[in-house]
Amino acid sequence: MRSAIHLASAALALAALAFTAAPSAAAETPDPTADAKAFQNYFTQKFPKLKLEDFVNGPYSMNEDMHKQWEEKEQFPPYDFSLDLGKEMFSKPFKNGKSYADCFPNGGIGIRQDYPIFDQKEGKVVTLELALNRCREANGEAPFSYVKDEMAALTAYMAFTSRGKPFDIKIPNDPRALEAYQNGKRYFYTRRGQLNFSCASCHVQNPGERIRAEILAPALGILNAMPIYRSEWGGMGTISRRFTTCNSQIRGVPLDPQADEYRDLEYYLSYVSNGLPISGPGARP
Amino acid sequence: MSKMATSALASILLIAGAPSVRAASSEADFKAAYAAAEAANKQAGLLRDQWTTTAATVAAAKKAADSGDFDAAVASSREAEALAKASIFQATSEKEAWKALEIR
Repeated sequence: MRSAIHLASAALALAALAFTAAPSAAAETPDPTADAKAFQNYFTQKFPKLKLEDFVNGPYSMNEDMHKQWEEKEQFPPYDFSLDLGKEMFSKPFKNGKSYADCFPNGGIGIRQDYPIFDQKEGKVVTLELALNRCREANGEAPFSYVKDEMAALTAYMAFTSRGKPFDIKIPNDPRALEAYQNGKRYFYTRRGQLNFSCASCHVQNPGERIRAEILAPALGILNAMPIYRSEWGGMGTISRRFTTCNSQIRGVPLDPQADEYRDLEYYLSYVSNGLPISGPGARP
Repeated sequence: MSKMATSALASILLIAGAPSVRAASSEADFKAAYAAAEAANKQAGLLRDQWTTTAATVAAAKKAADSGDFDAAVASSREAEALAKASIFQATSEKEAWKALEIR
């Protein structure tokens, strides 16, 4: 029976693919500015009652009852412990006497909105999580897990010091940066996993709708609230955790956290949310 | 019932019952089916699109073989290969098909 279900779902996926396959188009030069405009227009037209900045509150903006629950939750937010831990960790020097502040512009305060950056020396996207672990390693400290706990605490504190600042992701005049952006876009829209879902299947086509008990968040502003405390997780999670669990949920084997694909995806998703304020750390059901 | 109808019915029943008299799978059958499943799943990995269900089915095949149930092991291996091939098809199709979802 199990075999029959698997084979039937595989056959369905193939059938769906056969119908959705688009004819090959000529290579187009990516236009991030036009993409971001179209992306934001799509969501503001889909939810005309929402202000642009409301999209950073994810499902709480989509449902009136949930919004009321969220307002009450924010009185005693569940991410507070993580935020306190992050602040303490951030100010504690490494064994060599240096600290996180030495690794970032402005001592790491109020800079969340600038990440990910495109590092022209490396020729790749560098996320805040990656930069934090590189900072640790450069100072003789072991890297943290990318998905939760200490990494979530550090990024929670850095996001908190940047609250209200609009995402300001830059794509330098470098073909490699444009390629990374385009790769991120492709990853976002590409169907994968046995369920044949892309990121867009949930977060573009169905925000505000339920998937089982959850209300799906819009892709616009989805990273502005990261890291988040999720009741479903019973704890904090980073952007890496969000990406890897999304892949698992659609029955795809997740890539390693901070794989090039995820770095590029974060670059794309952050860029198209440029102008929307940082609201992290956040809380989600 | 006429003789002809009886004979036709007997033939149908014989054909329908044919799989039940199929020879049991051997360890060699399992090894060949398992290798094919692993090769397909490896190719899906190169395309960065492995499915969790493929991995689970490959593991089920190995478990069945370890317990000496080669019929089940071969069946799971073949299922895993089919899943892996579907993921390869998905990854290949999506090289262009993703554009259909893009917000423009």
